[in-house]
Amino acid sequence: MSSHGIRDRVAIVGMGCTPFGEHWTRSADDLLVDAVGEAVTSAGITLDDIDAFWLGTQASGVSGLTLSRPLHLPYKPVTRLENMCATGSEALRNACYAVASGAYDVAMAVGVEKLKDSGMSGLSGTSMPGAGDDSRGEITAPANFSLLAPAYAAKYGLAEEELKDVITRIAWKNHVNGARNPRAQFRKEVPLERIRSAPIVAGMLGVFDCSGVSDGSAAAIVVRAEDAYKYTDKPIFVKALSFVAGPADGLLDPDYDFTTFPEVVVSAQEAYRQAGITDPRAELALAEVHDCFTPTELVLMEDLGFSERGQAWKDVTSGAFDLDGSLPVNPDGGLKAFGHPIGASGLRMMFEAWLQLRGEAPPERTVSTLAEGRSLALTHNLGGGPGECVSFVSVVGSELTD
Amino acid sequence: MPGLIAYGAYVPYHRLARADIAATLGTVASRGTRAVAGYDEDTTSMAVEAARSSLARDGLRTRIGQLFLATAAPAYLDKTNATAVHAALGLDPHVLAVDMAGSVRSGLGALVTAARSPVPTLTVLSDLRTGLPGGGEESAGGDGAAAFAFGGHRNGAPVIAELLAHDTVSDEILDRWRLPGAPASRVWEERFAEEIYVSLADKALSAALDQAGLDRDAVDHLIVSGLHARACATVRRTSGVRSEAATADLSAEIGNAGTAQPGLLLADVLDRAEPGRIIALVVLGDGAGVLLLRTTDALPAHRAARPVAAQIAAGGAPMPYATYLSWRGLLDREPPRRPDPEPPYAPPAHRRNSWKYGFVASRCEKCGTRHLPPDRVCVTCRSVDAMTDEPMEHVPGTVATFTVDRLAHTPSPPMLVVVVDYDGGGRFRCQLTDATEADAVIGARVEMTFRRTVTAAGVHNYFWKARPVRTGETEGTGA
Repeated sequence: MSSHGIRDRVAIVGMGCTPFGEHWTRSADDLLVDAVGEAVTSAGITLDDIDAFWLGTQASGVSGLTLSRPLHLPYKPVTRLENMCATGSEALRNACYAVASGAYDVAMAVGVEKLKDSGMSGLSGTSMPGAGDDSRGEITAPANFSLLAPAYAAKYGLAEEELKDVITRIAWKNHVNGARNPRAQFRKEVPLERIRSAPIVAGMLGVFDCSGVSDGSAAAIVVRAEDAYKYTDKPIFVKALSFVAGPADGLLDPDYDFTTFPEVVVSAQEAYRQAGITDPRAELALAEVHDCFTPTELVLMEDLGFSERGQAWKDVTSGAFDLDGSLPVNPDGGLKAFGHPIGASGLRMMFEAWLQLRGEAPPERTVSTLAEGRSLALTHNLGGGPGECVSFVSVVGSELTD
Repeated sequence: MPGLIAYGAYVPYHRLARADIAATLGTVASRGTRAVAGYDEDTTSMAVEAARSSLARDGLRTRIGQLFLATAAPAYLDKTNATAVHAALGLDPHVLAVDMAGSVRSGLGALVTAARSPVPTLTVLSDLRTGLPGGGEESAGGDGAAAFAFGGHRNGAPVIAELLAHDTVSDEILDRWRLPGAPASRVWEERFAEEIYVSLADKALSAALDQAGLDRDAVDHLIVSGLHARACATVRRTSGVRSEAATADLSAEIGNAGTAQPGLLLADVLDRAEPGRIIALVVLGDGAGVLLLRTTDALPAHRAARPVAAQIAAGGAPMPYATYLSWRGLLDREPPRRPDPEPPYAPPAHRRNSWKYGFVASRCEKCGTRHLPPDRVCVTCRSVDAMTDEPMEHVPGTVATFTVDRLAHTPSPPMLVVVVDYDGGGRFRCQLTDATEADAVIGARVEMTFRRTVTAAGVHNYFWKARPVRTGETEGTGA
């Protein structure tokens, strides 16, 4: 068995993304209608031109009716899917494969999540019956990802205070970027000291180390690559789509050391193989990664091959991943500043790649790597937690190879 | 000769200084501390801990034929609490497990019934004493449990203390009472019952000594237990046994654990008594009861792994009174803005009884990998349905990484969470209890303890947590 990439076989020709944030006056239906509307407008088509839909949401609806009902889609195939926080990326992956297979000419991927209506902090959870043995624990998401911090510090000989400085800088960078993004949930820069001294939520993580709980929706329209220029003169070509669900052995196996996501390593290597990338740090113009919590982004820099093992904290400190660094990471503000409505986040990441590669990002956050001639962007999205997660990596580019 | 074949006690880690009650409420201070069950403990979980301690020796668990749980603070009504203890111990399904619940005297009843029984019997005494804030019941009370296995006849296990005689007298007397659901007992004027109890104790002690053909001078250890402190003190002083035989009641250190108190005091004496000594256990409450025991040569080799004195010494620094109040439900705290905790669902909980209650994991027959929780497919070699049971309750481990969750639902925030790597393989993520944030560090040594994790929708959820290894020893590979 082997996987066969679909490099340059499909393209994204239209995208939409609502502002993310606390949409007290808007429902999930409203957000879907907005994102879908923006996407079809940007592609210069109508909903009637779309042959099939993949809708990603974790908890804001079940079945294809979640999309077809608010839009009153007339008898179209709509698949609702879920893969935790990688749900939006999964919707895109399935839409891309549907077009690449020849089954459909035009497909749409949509992601949505309405978290703020619950009145709760963080995820409101799913409605699955509990196992009854309490062995899956009531640990919260920030606590789960905070498990990375002491393990990373211990393995690479950092004092806790040093590591706190590193993750503080990651949050600071993403807030700087988000401040330049009108669609982001948090649009203010936050001083380092305020981040560092914020109330602690879990482990080493303060409130500013956590992504925003927000509402939002994003959508993408996918067509065959050869049709792309019919819709836009600046299509984004899909170079790689890679997704894995891990064996979930990290919480069973003492060999797992909580300083890496093996699922990310595997999915990234597969994506680089599909895209023909050998040096991601030098070849990519930007990366949108799953910074659900600041230690996650730190570890991802190593898992995605942007930094050597044990070196990411130095690269973070030196500004390598800043907007003007050698590889800008999360130029749109990331989950941290843009917000994290679960089902929408993967497509929101793609939306930033879409804007940047098309030269449509505002000048104040346009990555300088584009001027160097780089034309590839990576999006990375994961769900679960250390030791047991799903991971998605895509590579997209503004040019066809050859 | 029938008699005691095993015993064990459980004193919870937490302490409340009586002076802190007075400081908070502006009342007159009294001395000493009382033991306090953790926010994650109840009479059932403490009973499990005491029973585990008593049956830590190889082979004892398979000898037990019936199990009694005595308590005046049952975790459930209608539903049997002893079956949770039965499940946690992994006893044979045919072992009778029943509660003797409701009155403090049920502890005496369980002991006497076990001692008389032709079937090897484990009897567990467990109690959690609560009073209204500032009252004597709160201050004088204590929490704890003790377990005793009687048998020996046709049983093969060495008898560590022979049962020489016992006697009980029953008397309907309104000296203390509590309506179901009431937060605290009410007590009649103490001097009313004192004379009655002294007389009843004398009758029972005389009868037991007569049966055994002993006189009062023969008693080496006199234990007097009861919630009526004044009567107990008088009996201790006037019983006619040698004055040096009277033992301390531990109330200064851990308070009076009601139903469990005779058990805790007896365990404490067994922890140090020499062979061939006569122990008279006198229990007051709605009458009186006496058990006369003689320690055997087998006792020194078969004492409980965790002596009462060591558990008292290993107790934590006194907790704030406000924390005690909130643990007891007497001070409602604002919950986190999170979804309410889920109760266990009955069918999945029942399907996994051996894991949930017994902490029985699985081991791959092909490659030896341990799985917590038990799996059907091996995480290492992917073999399917090639697993054997792997009891993990006695296996200590080391903390691989940890966190302090300040957002999670817990009756005592913040929640401490550790990833434990067990000696000999296997990993599990669970809560750390009886600990402070300073105890949650990479490399810390931990052992497992049975707890009530949460009560949601009126359902108690029992499961295992890790706790720091404190007493120096860990229990041997048991049962």
